[in-house]
Amino acid sequence: MAANIELTQPAPAAELAPRLSALEEIAGFVRKKPLGAAGALIILAMLCAALFAAPLAPYDPYRADYDAQFVRPSAEHWFGTDEFGRDVLSRILYGAQIALFVGFTASLAGCTIGGLIGAVSAFAGGTTDLLVERVMDVLLAFPQLILALAVASILGPAVQNVVIAVTIPIIPRAARVVRATALAVKENVYVEAVSALGATRRRVVLRHVLPNVVAPYIIMVTAQLAGAILAEAALSYLGLGAAEPTPSWGLMLSGSASAYAEKAPWIGLFPGIAISLAVFGFNLFGDSLRDALDPKLRGR
Amino acid sequence: MRTYITKRLLLVVPTLLGVAALVFFIMRVIPGDVTLLILGGDQAGRIDPAQITAMRHQLGLDQPLLVQFGSWLWGVLRFDFGTSLWTGQPVIEELLIRLPLSLELALLASLVSVVIAVPLGMLAAVRQDTWVDYVVRVVSIGGLAIPSFWIGILCILLLVIYFGWGPPLEFTPPWVDPWANFQQMVWPVVTVGYRYAAVTTRMTRSSVLEVLREDYIRTAWAKGLHERAVVIRHALKNSMLPVITLIGTEFAFLIGGLVVTETVFTLNGVGRFVVDAVAHRDYPVVQALVFLIAFGFVVINLLVDLTYAWFDPRIRYR
Repeated sequence: MAANIELTQPAPAAELAPRLSALEEIAGFVRKKPLGAAGALIILAMLCAALFAAPLAPYDPYRADYDAQFVRPSAEHWFGTDEFGRDVLSRILYGAQIALFVGFTASLAGCTIGGLIGAVSAFAGGTTDLLVERVMDVLLAFPQLILALAVASILGPAVQNVVIAVTIPIIPRAARVVRATALAVKENVYVEAVSALGATRRRVVLRHVLPNVVAPYIIMVTAQLAGAILAEAALSYLGLGAAEPTPSWGLMLSGSASAYAEKAPWIGLFPGIAISLAVFGFNLFGDSLRDALDPKLRGR
Repeated sequence: MRTYITKRLLLVVPTLLGVAALVFFIMRVIPGDVTLLILGGDQAGRIDPAQITAMRHQLGLDQPLLVQFGSWLWGVLRFDFGTSLWTGQPVIEELLIRLPLSLELALLASLVSVVIAVPLGMLAAVRQDTWVDYVVRVVSIGGLAIPSFWIGILCILLLVIYFGWGPPLEFTPPWVDPWANFQQMVWPVVTVGYRYAAVTTRMTRSSVLEVLREDYIRTAWAKGLHERAVVIRHALKNSMLPVITLIGTEFAFLIGGLVVTETVFTLNGVGRFVVDAVAHRDYPVVQALVFLIAFGFVVINLLVDLTYAWFDPRIRYR
């Protein structure tokens, strides 16, 4: 027992790297990764739009107003109105809620479920590992959108079903990454060392393996986020995601956007900008975060 | 090499069986009885129970699940995927009508994007952290962020506003009228190709960057070779390997791109066929298409792995 206590004493931090306050770390990130900071700014703006959609939105996103159909972008309606006279700006602000909700839940759920499967598979080894790997192979045999389409077709159009449809293709991909990472960590000398010193299996996993898997996990979640937002938009665009009158960005682009291309091009313009900006932001941020957290790429 | 091929081939068999089983059983849990969907019922939604039993028998739905799975699998082996519930035509015939369009779109998009992406990615890597690199990176990150259906919508907006364009009603194959075919395909190819090119550019860039740090590149520089010789003869050749793998992963993107792009441009291809089948709950079609797409994906990844092993001896001796 005494040996264990000694083991957990933190290494003298000052010798390795000076401890930075959170503010200093953020300042460092902005200086070193300006593109990543720009991404973070876009994400922040999107979070604000989602959180404060109600006070920010000038109109009710659901209320049809047949006196104000196809209004051009103007002082009253900054982004114009659609074929039901609904305010496009208000719908885009509320749409951020759906994009973020589906993005976060699907990537968190997919990475967590997949991560657990991958970790268990790596530590169990043997037949379990082989079987789990084959099942993951089967899931990976489907292109992401096709699997999501198949799942969505069974569940029917609704926001919570989109979450499931987007989550399932993420699971095998996350399992692969985490399994490979866990296998590599398992082979590390320090894991062997603490095991040799008599640490229990549980202790090894919780105190020594887990902290080393956190960074790849965070990288994975951010990387999947952008994909999940895109997948939601694509499913909703195809009419298999959120159902009318939900203000989903993808749904706003389906049907009416091309049908009224001549009469009201703004219907097809602004929701697309919103999707692209959101995915762009998450991609930029995710890329920089990966560079910052991955020791192999640090200092490049 | 032979052991490696055998090993990979043996791994493919359980995967494909698993794919077939998953596709089959997924389609069996669809809520609602298919017979009700086909029969539709009268005005009040009433259906004669005897009719249901007869229909279930006709479709073989009254047999045990495993027997149904067996007969479906036997059909698949003979390219018999049943008939579409929507049109009543054999699925394979409906598929063959739509295949040329999707194949042409996929091939043109891959070709165009590889021709653009590989030189661009290489240029960005060689001129790392200059304005050339930044422009290439921003444009390619943009390609990842902009959903292809929105690029398609933007193309339509431009075409409609400036040229009074309307979507073509019928697909003209290139062997009938190459010019008409070109006019139909150019915008869809741009739509699918941009995203494809973006991914390939990024991959080429990071791959070349990695190779440029290798010792043998330093040696090549040290012995006084020209930049062109170093980059093309030494760096490009070795950095193309990861890009080959990308062709496998790209297939998934391509299918996704086809699905949405064909929907945007109302092209009657395989991708739109999937969407329509899902919307109509035409389960024999969904089943067949999802299975065939997964089958194609597995085969392409197998071929990619084998090519990779062929070029890189380190893989087959692992």
